[in-house]
Amino acid sequence: MRPDAGPPGRAGTEQRDSAGRRDAPAGRGVPPALAVPAALGFCFLLVPLLALLVRAPWHGLPGLLTDPVALTALRLSLVCATAATAVSLVLGVPLAWVLARARFPGLAVLRALVTVPLVLPPVVGGLALLLAFGRNGILGRYLDAWFGVTLPFSTAGVVVAETFVAMPFLVVAVEGALRSADRDLEEAAATLGARRLAVFVRVTLPLVAPSVLAGAVLCWARALGEFGATITFAGNNPGTTQTMPLTIYDQLQTDPEPAIALSLVLLLAAAAVLGLLRDRWLRPGGVT
Amino acid sequence: MTDPAGLSVAGEVERGGFRLALEFAVAPGEVLGVLGPNGAGKTTLLRTLAGLNALRRGRISLAGAVLDDPGRQLFVPAEHRPVGLVFQNYRLFPHLSVRDNVAFSARARGAGRHGARRHADIWLDRLGLAELAGRKPAQLSGGQAQRVALARTLAAEPGLLLLDEPLAALDARTRLEVRAELRRHLGAFGGPSLVVTHDPLEAMVLTDRLLVIEDGRVVQQGAPAEVARRPASQYVARLVGLNLYPGTLGPDGAVALDQAAGGGVLHAAGGAAGAGGAAEAGGAAGAGGAAGRVLLALRPSAIALHTERPRAASPRNVWPGTVTGVELLTDRVRVQVAGSPPALVDVTPDAVAELDLAAGSAVWLSAKATEIECYPDPR
Repeated sequence: MRPDAGPPGRAGTEQRDSAGRRDAPAGRGVPPALAVPAALGFCFLLVPLLALLVRAPWHGLPGLLTDPVALTALRLSLVCATAATAVSLVLGVPLAWVLARARFPGLAVLRALVTVPLVLPPVVGGLALLLAFGRNGILGRYLDAWFGVTLPFSTAGVVVAETFVAMPFLVVAVEGALRSADRDLEEAAATLGARRLAVFVRVTLPLVAPSVLAGAVLCWARALGEFGATITFAGNNPGTTQTMPLTIYDQLQTDPEPAIALSLVLLLAAAAVLGLLRDRWLRPGGVT
Repeated sequence: MTDPAGLSVAGEVERGGFRLALEFAVAPGEVLGVLGPNGAGKTTLLRTLAGLNALRRGRISLAGAVLDDPGRQLFVPAEHRPVGLVFQNYRLFPHLSVRDNVAFSARARGAGRHGARRHADIWLDRLGLAELAGRKPAQLSGGQAQRVALARTLAAEPGLLLLDEPLAALDARTRLEVRAELRRHLGAFGGPSLVVTHDPLEAMVLTDRLLVIEDGRVVQQGAPAEVARRPASQYVARLVGLNLYPGTLGPDGAVALDQAAGGGVLHAAGGAAGAGGAAEAGGAAGAGGAAGRVLLALRPSAIALHTERPRAASPRNVWPGTVTGVELLTDRVRVQVAGSPPALVDVTPDAVAELDLAAGSAVWLSAKATEIECYPDPR
């Protein structure tokens, strides 16, 4: 948005001048046709966040956040998001390895299926989980009959719903890193007598560790904010399945102040995640 | 000639449309140099021996054990081969210290951390790397990284040692130092070893025998000095700085040089006797070459330049030419002369001034027949 971009006529002359020089700076001034929508877009993204800060009940904040309902939701959210991230790591990293390295027919289809939860409306995901793991679900009925395990409307159900929605973030991040990882070092490890599992544990995993960490943080953030799949599959019971986003939604019906206070906590968590991922996200080409 | 205790290779590799055909053996304790231009298949050969590529057909055996035999559906993968490969770019593990890099093979094979590190320390000591044990690869100089890579490979105690251009990534001074050391370690290694290089000096110093590969096949095998004296290809001739002329030996002992190489006729003193054998042997016991096909090798310093046709009768080979280039080497001047045949000629800087040599000068070349090495063309 350089104010001295000049009238269109002059800009045209400049273009002709710089046409012959390959090292001429590419973006001299922003054309108004791009600058105006860009500024509007920026404001559109920023204003709601500002509104949250402006209207926050700053004075009552300590009281609102130490309210038992808020504290319970906060603790439940942290526990479930962390558990979902742990499950995603245990299942997702090997899955990413298979997607990046294995060769078998149908791999492309598998790769596409894994990313479905990324674009699927979470409420549909929750319904699908219900049909699979619900009391009468295609797998859930056996879980119930053989092991007496009922996932829906339990804290474990929250973890299942969050894992379903968040794990693809981890898988995609780690798979990308594995694809671009240095295969030469894996070859070197093989010539030194390391079998494939040893190569994975001792060479591949340490080399992609930063991407695993970034994927885990992203996964955790997504799990923390999960709403649709959770409320559909696990319900909305304070203390067992009512996580922060659900509490915010609930409180908003009666009294917006505690809802705003909890929203601030989630905003803070989002800012912290951005801070953690700063090196990977805000650097051009930093994301795989 | 195949020593059952050594390495024996006979077969073909195909890789992305490129075909490499090989047959050779290396005895225990012997160092085989593999020389050839870029893209000749040297690295493919090492990868095949290490188990990173598979043979298309043929067989590789080491110390009596078959490593690869596609005919019998037998392939031992890299991690199960007693073969150590020092990569050209070292490929040290960046997340591990020098000590843990060297301890890697022991760890990967299931040794405990302490045992593996003790074993690594022995090799770090042996290669004079004890002080670097705690460093990360990023903190090493090129020469140090090369030593660590060698230590890491030797610590795996392989039965076959492969080095891919071990000195290529080093600067000239470090190269000299590391080369002498490498010679020592290769000498101490009991098994067969292969050193890929495109540096003739490196090949002379480090290896007992040379295998020259071009375009995916072996063009020459022999002792380094022999290969340098009687190169079988232009590639090697250029490397060792010789003029090489393919031609056909006539009944009178004169060699008619191939038109493709510039034409002309040269006489070699040994020609009648030495290469004459080749002419006679022609079809029968000839080294695979066509009847009378010979190569003539001529040192650039064995050619004299004159401004007029020399009258003295002693050199049997005299021919005219035109200077196309003059290049100052360290202590002499290399003159490129077009003619039949063309030649590289080394003269003193004084001679350049005396003869007033410059591009375009007309000159006469002369070479004694005794200076020309004449031998059967193995192709």
